[in-house]
Amino acid sequence: MTTHFLPDTTTLTGRSLRHISRSPDTIITTVVTPIAMMLLFVYVFGGAIDTGQDTGSYVNYLLPGILLMTIASGIAYTAYRLFTDQQAGIFERFQSMPIARSSVLWAHVLTSLVATLVSVAVVIAVAFVMGFRTSATVLDWLAVFGILALFTLALTWLAVLPGLTAKTIDGASGFSYPLIFLPFISSAFVPTDSMSAPVRWFAENQPVTPIVNSIRALFAEQPVGNDLWVALAWCLGILVVAYVLAMGAYHRKIATA
Amino acid sequence: MTATATPAIQLRGLEKAYGELQVLRGVDLDVAPGSIVALLGSNGAGKTTVIRILATLLTADAGTATVNGFDLATQPAQVRESFSLTGQFAAVDEILSGRENLVLVAKLRHLAAPGAIADDLLARFSLTDAGGRKVSTYSGGMRRRLDIAMSLIGDPPVIFLDEPTTGLDPQARLEVWDTVKELAGQGTTVLLTTQYLDEAEQLADRIAILHEGRIIADGTLAELKRLLPPAEVEYVEKQPTLEQIFLSIVGADRKESR
Repeated sequence: MTTHFLPDTTTLTGRSLRHISRSPDTIITTVVTPIAMMLLFVYVFGGAIDTGQDTGSYVNYLLPGILLMTIASGIAYTAYRLFTDQQAGIFERFQSMPIARSSVLWAHVLTSLVATLVSVAVVIAVAFVMGFRTSATVLDWLAVFGILALFTLALTWLAVLPGLTAKTIDGASGFSYPLIFLPFISSAFVPTDSMSAPVRWFAENQPVTPIVNSIRALFAEQPVGNDLWVALAWCLGILVVAYVLAMGAYHRKIATA
Repeated sequence: MTATATPAIQLRGLEKAYGELQVLRGVDLDVAPGSIVALLGSNGAGKTTVIRILATLLTADAGTATVNGFDLATQPAQVRESFSLTGQFAAVDEILSGRENLVLVAKLRHLAAPGAIADDLLARFSLTDAGGRKVSTYSGGMRRRLDIAMSLIGDPPVIFLDEPTTGLDPQARLEVWDTVKELAGQGTTVLLTTQYLDEAEQLADRIAILHEGRIIADGTLAELKRLLPPAEVEYVEKQPTLEQIFLSIVGADRKESR
């Protein structure tokens, strides 16, 4: 049954990428909130925030967290697209055809990866206009995109769950709101040592902080230290758990729905 | 189409329950290769459940079924190679054009020259002019035609049509009927569900009546008619039906106006 996995996944990914190219508002709405946050924090609050670190301007400090916010708002569309496919009946048409059945999910996941990385690139471009500067080498950039891609994959598989199981369209995309605001309680906007103790404990032990710190260090050409390994562990951990749960939900859905 | 030929579709003792609700209570059915069989029943009789089980979208609680000689439980991949499903609601991609929908399915069936297959089907279903337009701009009848065209790709030996004409206007309905007859003429086996008695009468070689989870009658129209007392001759004034009136008024330009 998996003999056609690659061609089928390619065909189906081409289909959903075509959906995105026909409604570029997917990309626009994904980047609107992060860019608005970036403008607000750089030009309104930023002047009063003391990051106490040698990272240059505040936009340099802020960008990594904004990028994670972009990813979190981008994957809401993954759940949305998966949900609408099932509503439209095209999902069942695919399931009743002699294709590799997991291709249907993988196509959505790969589409999510492409769309989200395009959104990330748009946000980075805006940041450059706002004064973001980095001495990062090509290798550093590759590392940054590697981390962001891994984080996107992890959150995408997480998004597959509501996409498959939600009863309404709001339920399918609403799950991402807590994820979008997770960077607020992390080192993304302000250093964690200014926070009150319980909040600080949460901020320092949630996935956003080590990921933000790693990307910030890579952009500033500083040693990433332990943060990188903690960040990778979080991403891989979420990825594996979400993948297993999503595949489980998928097989339950297609076998006994 | 002899009784001894291996059935294209065979159901034995098929059962399915949704929680407490026992929908199928032991369905037996044989469909001969190349024939059209209508599964007739009221809403909720379990027609769609039978189709979904045969289309490998649902597993039965008990019983066995084969499609094109392949067992549903043990050879689902071969079963999926053997049939095509046209569901109750047109399963088309609204954002893609009609042609792109056809190319998509041809690619997923791993056929050579998907573009040529798409163009051929667009012509066959009078969709050539609309082929480049987004499906979201199509009328209900056009969507249904595209849906059926997508199901014909790869020439599957068996086709399942779940209420193929529900929600269609009378013209579109006749077009679907013509397509189904043409298919059967080429040797494709068709199992269709319907709640319209005239549809079963018009199309089907055999009619199976599904009621309360079982097939309670199965035979040709003539055989089913014999179940009733002999007809009495009555004199009734022949009034045209509204359908006949409608079609005679608009039917003249049927071929051009879709």
